[in-house]
Amino acid sequence: MSHCVEFHGVSKSYISGHKVLDDVTLDLPDGETTAVVGESGSGKTTLLQLVNAVLVPDQGEVRVFDAPIPADLVAHRRSIGYSVQGAGLFPHMTNQENVLLLARLEGWSEQAMIERYQDLREQMGLDADVADRYPQELSGGQQQRIGLCRALMLRPRLLLLDEPFSAIDPITRVGIYERFEEVQRREGVSTLLVTHDIREAMKLARYLVIVRSGKIEQAGPSDQVRHSPATDYVATLLEKQL
Amino acid sequence: MRRSEQTWIRLTVISSILLTLSFSLPLSAAGAPVDVIRIGSKNFNESYLLSEMSAQMLEQAGYRVERKFGLGGTLICYDALRNGEIDVYAEYTGTLSQAVLNDPAAKSVAELNRRLQPLALELLPAFGFNNTYAMVIKEASASRLDMTSIADMARHPDLKVVVSHEFLEREDGWPGLAEAYGLGLDVTGIEHGLAYQALDDGVIDITDAYSTDGELKRYNLRILDDDRGFFPQYLAAPLIRSDLPEGAREVLMELAGRIDDATMQRLNSEVVFERKSFAEVANDFLVAERLAASVDTSGQAWQSLLDNTLQHLKLTGVALIGSVLVGVGASLAVFRMPTVSRALTYFCGLLQTIPSIALLALMIPVFGIGMLPAVIALFLYSLLPILRNTLTALTTIDPTLVRVAVAMGLKEGEQLRLVYLPLALPSMFAGIRTAAVISIGTATLAAFIGAGGLGDPIVTGLALNDVNLILQGALPAAGLAVLTELLFEVLERLLLPGNLRLVDQSVAR
Repeated sequence: MSHCVEFHGVSKSYISGHKVLDDVTLDLPDGETTAVVGESGSGKTTLLQLVNAVLVPDQGEVRVFDAPIPADLVAHRRSIGYSVQGAGLFPHMTNQENVLLLARLEGWSEQAMIERYQDLREQMGLDADVADRYPQELSGGQQQRIGLCRALMLRPRLLLLDEPFSAIDPITRVGIYERFEEVQRREGVSTLLVTHDIREAMKLARYLVIVRSGKIEQAGPSDQVRHSPATDYVATLLEKQL
Repeated sequence: MRRSEQTWIRLTVISSILLTLSFSLPLSAAGAPVDVIRIGSKNFNESYLLSEMSAQMLEQAGYRVERKFGLGGTLICYDALRNGEIDVYAEYTGTLSQAVLNDPAAKSVAELNRRLQPLALELLPAFGFNNTYAMVIKEASASRLDMTSIADMARHPDLKVVVSHEFLEREDGWPGLAEAYGLGLDVTGIEHGLAYQALDDGVIDITDAYSTDGELKRYNLRILDDDRGFFPQYLAAPLIRSDLPEGAREVLMELAGRIDDATMQRLNSEVVFERKSFAEVANDFLVAERLAASVDTSGQAWQSLLDNTLQHLKLTGVALIGSVLVGVGASLAVFRMPTVSRALTYFCGLLQTIPSIALLALMIPVFGIGMLPAVIALFLYSLLPILRNTLTALTTIDPTLVRVAVAMGLKEGEQLRLVYLPLALPSMFAGIRTAAVISIGTATLAAFIGAGGLGDPIVTGLALNDVNLILQGALPAAGLAVLTELLFEVLERLLLPGNLRLVDQSVAR
């Protein structure tokens, strides 16, 4: 098993001195979906932002695909797809332009961009007429799917998802889960999903990381976590939410 | 992104058109050739008339003349002359000795010239009249009461003497006069503008006046002689820079001693009561005195309206382009630094609190008079709305969008160009629009420091109390403001296609 993301003794504090992550060591498998589960304030989003170097660790090292974070941060971030809760689409660009943005900056040909866009749009089950409309004209679920298309546009090897499904109503959510799983398999992209919802984590991820107050409670394959919770906290979490 | 790119291309094209337009309008000032004589005047009608006469005579002698008339007061004229912004204007001996040189002992032209010589200034021989304070009474009453001098007032303690508020307070006004002549009359104050009418209606008997006021002739008033020489002399004379070409100096000297008190009263009266233009009155006088040939002064109204409007657009246009470049540039440079942003906004707000006329006056020692200081003042006023709107827009962009822009790998420049600027554009535009409209209004004050524009007829109209003339400046200025609003409406439609207006709606929801 090659390594997708590794954390070696990583600590991170806010300016206020509050320690968000405390000596975290992780080794996440390639080609899989890993879910990072925790309550708000547990440090799970910080963990994600260390991977695409939006944040820099105070101590320790983060490695992505067996290499340290390179000096060229722009190239590093473009090699990693990113999608957030609420999609974060740019309201002054059409949906299609949102998806095409990075490819255009990377100098793709018009044809290559359109082909890739059509492919992603169809995989995500979006209608053709969303292209020239603006994000505000779409439903929350549609916006989230456009956001996923945007994250996948450059064919990244790694996808970072920060609670992308949280703001969507439960019925729509199930549909998107299925779409996402299918696309994720087809694209073969390793995924790091941050969520507070253990059910969502169990549904989408083969590997789980449970964080609490900046420390790892348990990390391992989903089945293993489910059947043998390592701590009382994990056991309670499973009991309450499943 | 194709659309936002189009937006920027449009923005670039439009701003370069504006830039070209504003600079292709003739820029004055710098590097004036020797044979151009720049004539200033203060903002009251006698000063306009004297300067206009000088201008016409110089023009007929072959000089090119720049008229910088209606400058806002003695000190502005004097500073402009000293700084070489103008070459000549008409000054009064009493004003020079008391208000400018602070040397009340220097009374004659010769004495004043001794003081002026080290300053490289020179007072030419006086025009002839003395525009000083005077006590005036209706001719009919004067004959009936047999009054010819101020001393006679002592014989008639029942006369109703009502003087202007300023005269009542000034040491060289009523208190000094009463002491010099031993007058024990009860005196009250009145607004100077109402005194003549009150005199004419017989409500009051005696008031103070300026001895060359046109009203003296119109209301048939007699000036009581100042036997004891209490009032200082205010002889009008051309005040020039010593480096004025010899030929021009000779032309100006031809006017020496040609205008007596009665003539000046008549000329002032023609302007005030017969509504003739300065150019016309000046020319009629010069022709009658065989000092100059007749010139056609009619038909200049439209030309001057056009000139004033173009000048006004130039002032506001140049100032606005400057403030857009600096305001937006500075906002982009500092918006990530909250402390600096706040300090800058505060500073611009501070500038805004300086009254415009004061700011214009403050510009003079540094930048002289004319277009440059006016443009700089307008630029400073336009800065706040543009800066504040742009900064506010840039710093209040949805933090999720900012986080996404960074995380997805946009370079700093791309973040600005593709995310920050397009999203800030509607608010930026609103700021520029506000600045443009404010500038058009404020620019009318630029006439006080010789920058021209639509303030010119307003300033002259104020001097003459001529509503028509005021409207000739005020109406086109109001029209320009409305046109500017419309222009920005159109520009906004061109520059901000549906997508950004949709943002506004979503915010409103």
